[in-house]
Amino acid sequence: MTTLTDPPKESFKLSMLLNDTRYRSLTMQAIAALLLALAIVYLGNNLIQNLRAAGLNISYGFLGSASNYDINQTLIEYSSRSTHLRAAVVGILNTLLVALLACATATVFGVIAGVLRLSPNWLVRKLMAVYVEIFRNIPVLIWIIIIFTVMTASMPAPSAFRGEDPASSMLFGAFAFTNRGVYVPAPVWGAGSMVVVAVFVLSIIGVFAYRRYATKLLYDTGKLLPMFWPSVGIFLLPAILAFFIMGSPIGLDYPELKGFNFGGGIKIGAPLIALWFALSIYTGAFIAENVRAGIQAVSKGQTEAAAALGLRPGRVMNLVVLPQALRVIIPPLISQYLNITKNSSLAIAVGYADVTATLGGITLNQTGRAIECVLLLMLFYLTISLLISAFMNVYNNAAKLKER
Amino acid sequence: MNKSMIFGALTVAGLAAGAAGAATLDDVKARGTLNCGVTTGLIGFAAPDANGEWKGFDVAVCRAVAAAVLGDATAVEFVPTTGKTRFTALASGEIDVLARNTTWTFSRDVDLKFDFIGVNYYDGQGFMVPKALGVSSAKDLDGATVCIQTGTTTELNLADFFRVNNISYEPVPIETNAEAQQQYLAGACDVYTTDASGLAATRAAFENPGDHVLLPEIVSKEPLGPLVRHGDSEWGDVVRWTLNALIAAEELGVSSANVGEMASSTNNPEIARLLGTEGELGAMLGLDADWAKRAIETQGNYGEIFATNIGEDTPIGLARGLNAQWTDGGLLYSPPFR
Amino acid sequence: MSDTHAQSVAFVRETAIPPAAPPSTAAGPVKWVRDNLFPTWANALLTVAALYVIWLVLSSTLPWILGGIWNTNSLAACREILDGRSAACFSVLTERWHQLLYGFKYPSELYWRPNLALLLLFFAAAPVLFFDLPRKLLIFTGLYPFIAYWLIWGGTILAPLVALAGFIAGYLVYARLVKASFAKGFLGGIAAAVIVWGIGGYLIPEGASDRAMLEAIPSRDLGGFMLNLMLGVTCVSLSLPIGIALALGRQSHLPLIKGICVVFIEFIRGVPLITLLFVASVMLAYFFPPESTVDLFLRVVIMITMFSSAYIAEVIRGGLAALPKGQNEAADSLGLDYAQAIRLIILPQALKISIPGIVNIAVGLFKDTTLVSVISLFDIVGMIRGPILASTDWNGVYWELLMFASVLFFVVCYGISQYSQWLERRLATDHR
Repeated sequence: MTTLTDPPKESFKLSMLLNDTRYRSLTMQAIAALLLALAIVYLGNNLIQNLRAAGLNISYGFLGSASNYDINQTLIEYSSRSTHLRAAVVGILNTLLVALLACATATVFGVIAGVLRLSPNWLVRKLMAVYVEIFRNIPVLIWIIIIFTVMTASMPAPSAFRGEDPASSMLFGAFAFTNRGVYVPAPVWGAGSMVVVAVFVLSIIGVFAYRRYATKLLYDTGKLLPMFWPSVGIFLLPAILAFFIMGSPIGLDYPELKGFNFGGGIKIGAPLIALWFALSIYTGAFIAENVRAGIQAVSKGQTEAAAALGLRPGRVMNLVVLPQALRVIIPPLISQYLNITKNSSLAIAVGYADVTATLGGITLNQTGRAIECVLLLMLFYLTISLLISAFMNVYNNAAKLKER
Repeated sequence: MNKSMIFGALTVAGLAAGAAGAATLDDVKARGTLNCGVTTGLIGFAAPDANGEWKGFDVAVCRAVAAAVLGDATAVEFVPTTGKTRFTALASGEIDVLARNTTWTFSRDVDLKFDFIGVNYYDGQGFMVPKALGVSSAKDLDGATVCIQTGTTTELNLADFFRVNNISYEPVPIETNAEAQQQYLAGACDVYTTDASGLAATRAAFENPGDHVLLPEIVSKEPLGPLVRHGDSEWGDVVRWTLNALIAAEELGVSSANVGEMASSTNNPEIARLLGTEGELGAMLGLDADWAKRAIETQGNYGEIFATNIGEDTPIGLARGLNAQWTDGGLLYSPPFR
Repeated sequence: MSDTHAQSVAFVRETAIPPAAPPSTAAGPVKWVRDNLFPTWANALLTVAALYVIWLVLSSTLPWILGGIWNTNSLAACREILDGRSAACFSVLTERWHQLLYGFKYPSELYWRPNLALLLLFFAAAPVLFFDLPRKLLIFTGLYPFIAYWLIWGGTILAPLVALAGFIAGYLVYARLVKASFAKGFLGGIAAAVIVWGIGGYLIPEGASDRAMLEAIPSRDLGGFMLNLMLGVTCVSLSLPIGIALALGRQSHLPLIKGICVVFIEFIRGVPLITLLFVASVMLAYFFPPESTVDLFLRVVIMITMFSSAYIAEVIRGGLAALPKGQNEAADSLGLDYAQAIRLIILPQALKISIPGIVNIAVGLFKDTTLVSVISLFDIVGMIRGPILASTDWNGVYWELLMFASVLFFVVCYGISQYSQWLERRLATDHR
C-alpha cells in the first residue's frame, strides 16, 4: 500500500534564487532594480560633480527673462521684450502649424500617388514608382535643403515686382509668389461678418444632418437620395446668400508692394513653405506605399462579390473596399504623422522658427542653458507623440474587427 | 574600478581621453596636443583649406599657444564647434581653449563661468545692402527683411537696434554663412548683417563685390577673444600672455623674420625679457624660456598674423582700424612684460 | 439526309485556314499602347499629363547636366567658360570628391584603408543577408568589426585583439556553462570577457599606438560619406542585440523589467533624433566621469544606437507577436525552460519574420545619419554646407553637390530596399 505524502519540505538554499522558478523572477527583478539604481546614481553623481566643477546649476529661471530676439513668423503676439517661455510657446505653435499642414498635404500626395500606382496606365504607374523610390531613398534633410534652395533661386525677389515694367506680376492681383514667401489676401471681418460665419457653421451641420437622413432613409425604405449635389448646395448657398444679404461684410486685404516688402495680406514665409512642401512630398512617398498596400490587402473576392450584388464601381470603392483598406492604412498613416511632427524639427536647416529653433536653438545659444533647454524640448516632443499614440490606440480599439 | 576599466579600454581604443583635470597646462603637456575649439568654417578666421589644413586668424592663436606650450605649432587638434556646442565643449573639458569669434559679454564671463583672456579682434556688427536699393543708413531699413546668422550675439544686437530706433524688420535666421550669402544674393533678404569683418569677407567672395555696400552704422561692440574655463588661472595666464606676446612683439618690432637675430643681439631689455634671454618670465608661467620666441617664430607677430589671414592683401581685405596698435590709434595695448 | 457529298460538290476545304494575324489595333505595340496608355479618355489625359511632366523635368535638367563642366578649379573659372550659359559646374566634384567621400582630414595616402574596409564589409554582410551561403562564412562576419576598426582607426593592433580575445573567452565560458543553466553561462561569459578586457587593458603598453603598423587616425578626422556609412553600419549592428533584448524585455511578465523596457522604448521613439543628437553634443559630456572626456563620434554612436535599438525592438516585438502561441506551448511541453525556448524556438522564427522590417529601419537610420551635420560633424551634408560652400573657390555651387549626395544615398538605399523586397518575396514562398 502506498500513501501519498507531501514531498519533504526543502530548506531554503541560496542556489534556489537562481534555479527555482518561484524565486527566479524575483531575483531577476531585484538585479534589474539594483543595476538601474546603480546606473542612475552613477550618472547623477557624475552630473552633480561636473556641474559643481564647472560652477553651474540647473535652473529654469531663464524662462522668465526677456528673450531679446525677434521671430519672423509668429501665431501669437511676440516681441523681443517677451520672455523665453513665450518664445518657446511661439515655437511650439509653429511646430504644430507646420506639422498639421504637412500631415494634410502628405495625405493628399500619398493617396493620389498610392492610387495612381495601381492605375492601369503604364506610364503613370511607372512615374509614380519613380516618385516614390526617389523620395523614399534620399534623406529628408537633403530634400529640405534642396527645396529651400529651389525656392530661393527660382522664385522672384520682391524687387522684381517693382517699377514700370516689372519682371514679375501678382497672380490675379491678389497672390504674390516671392522667394521670401507667398503673400495672400487676408480677410477683413466687418460688422455682421459673424452672422455669415454662423450661417456657414450651421450649413456644415446641415450637410451632416442631410447625409445622415439620406442613409437612414436608404436603410429603412431602400430609397436612394442623391448625395453629392445637395451636399454642395447646402454647404455653399446659405452662406453666399447671407454674405450678400448682410451687404458683403467680409472684405479682403490685398497684399501690395510697400517699401522693401509686400505689406498687407497674410505672408506665408518661404521657410515654412519649403519645410511644409519637403515634409509632405517626402512623407507622401511613404504614405503612398501604405495606401497601395492597404488597397491590395483587400482581397479581390470582395470587389467581385460587391459587383455581383450589382453595386456600381464608385459604391464598391466607398462601401466595400475603402472601409476594409482603411483598417490597414490608418495605423501606419498615424505613425507617419508622428514622423512628420518629429521631422519638423529639421526646421533649423531652413530657419523656420519651430520649437527646436527657438527653445533648442536661439534660447539655448543665448542663455547657455543646454541641459534645461534640451530636456524641455524632449518633454514637448514626448508629450505630442504620447498623445498621438493614445489616439492611435483608441482608433485601433474602435476599428478592431468585431468578432462574434 | 569598473569605470576606470571601461574608460581605460576606451582610451586604448582612442575614443576617450583623460582630460580636464584641475591643471589644464599639465594635461596639455602630458597629452602632447592642444585641443582648440574653432568655428565650423569662416574664411579668414578658421577654415580648413583644400588639403584639410586649418587656416585663419583664430587658428594662428591656437597654434601660437601650442608652439609656446608644446614647442610644436602643429600639435593642435582643431575641434569644430557650432554656436550651440562651443560652451559645452569648453565646460566639459573637450577643448582646452575656445578661439571662435566669441564676443566677450558679461553673462558669458560671469554666468557661464568662463574666463576671457583678452581680445584678439575688436569687431562690431554692420549691415550690407545691395547698392541698387539706394539705402545709405541703417535707419532707412524700416520694414526690411534681414538675414542673420543664428547662434551669435548678432540677433540680440539687431533686435535692440531696431527697437531703439523704433523701426520694424523681419529676421531670417540662417545656420551657416554660405547659406545666408545665398539668400542675400537671391534677394530673399534685403540686408545681411553680421560682424563687420564677416561682412567684408563675405562681400569679397561675391561675383561683383562692387554692387554691394556696407552701411556706415556699426551697431554693437564685439570684442572677440579666446576663452578658457573658470578656475584654472595658470592655464588662463599661459593663453593670455601668449596672446599678449604676439601683440607686444608687433609693438616692439619683433617679427618672425627677425626674432632669432633679436633674441641674440637685442639691447632692449623688454624684448630680451619677452624672448627669454633675460629674466625668468617663462619659468613663472611654467614654461621654458623660449616660449614666446617659438610662438612668434612660427606664427609671426600680431601684425603678421593679421596681414596673412585677413589683412588688406588677402581677399578679405580688412583694414586694421580698431585693431591697430595703440601707438597707431588702435585699441591693441599689451601690458608690459616685466 | 443530305444530298451533298464530297463527290457531289466542286470543292471542300480539307485543311483549316491558318489563323489570320489579328488586326494591328489588337496586337503588338499598338495594342499595348492602347491598353496601357489610352484605354479611356481620362487615362489618355493622364498619359498626356505624365508625358508633359516628364518633358518638363528632362528638358530643364538634361541640357544643364550634359553641358556640365568638369575641369576647372573654381566656380569663377566655370562661370567664365560658361559665359552666361546655364550648365552644371561639376568641377567641384572632380576637385573635392575626396572631401565629400572621406572628409577633409583623412590622410589621402590612407584612403585604401576605408576602401578595403568597405570591400570587406560586403564579404562580412553576405552570409547574413543570403541564407544559402555556407554558414562557415559567419566566422568572418564575427571577425569583421575588429578588422574594420583596425583598418579605419589604425593604431595598435593590440586593442582590437584584446577586444576580440574578450569576446572569444566570453563565448568559451558561455559554451561550457550554458549546459548547466543559461543564466550561469550568460553571466559567466560576461564575467570572463570583462576579466580578459581588464587584464588586456593593463597589458597594452602606453603609447603603443604611436609606433603601430597602421598610423592611428583620431575619429575627429573621419568625415564625408564614409562617416555616414560608418555610423549607419555601426549603429545598426550594435542596436540589433540591444533591440532583441528590449523586445524580449517588453514581452516579459516581470513587471519591473517590462516597465523599464517600455519606458525606454516609448521615450526614445517619442523624441526626434535631432534632440538625441543635441543630448550627445551638449548634454552627454556632463554624465561621464569628471576626469574624462569621450569623443563626439562615440557619443553620437551611443545616442543613435539607443535610437535605432528602440525602433528595432518594436519591429522584433511585431515578429514575436506574429508567432502562433502554439510555438511557445510546444516548447513548454518539450520541457524547455525560458532561455532555451527563446533561443531555440522563438527567436529564430521571430527574427526571420522581422528581417524586412529591420532592413527598413536600417535604411531609415542610414538616411538619418545626415542629421549629424547639425551638430558639427562633417558628414557628407556637413561637408557641403560647411567647408566646401564656405571656401572662396566654390562659394555658390549648390545643385551639383546636393545632387551628388542624393545620388550616393539613392544608390545605397535603393539597393538595400530592393534586397528587402527580394527577401520578402523569398520568405513569403517559404510559408506557402
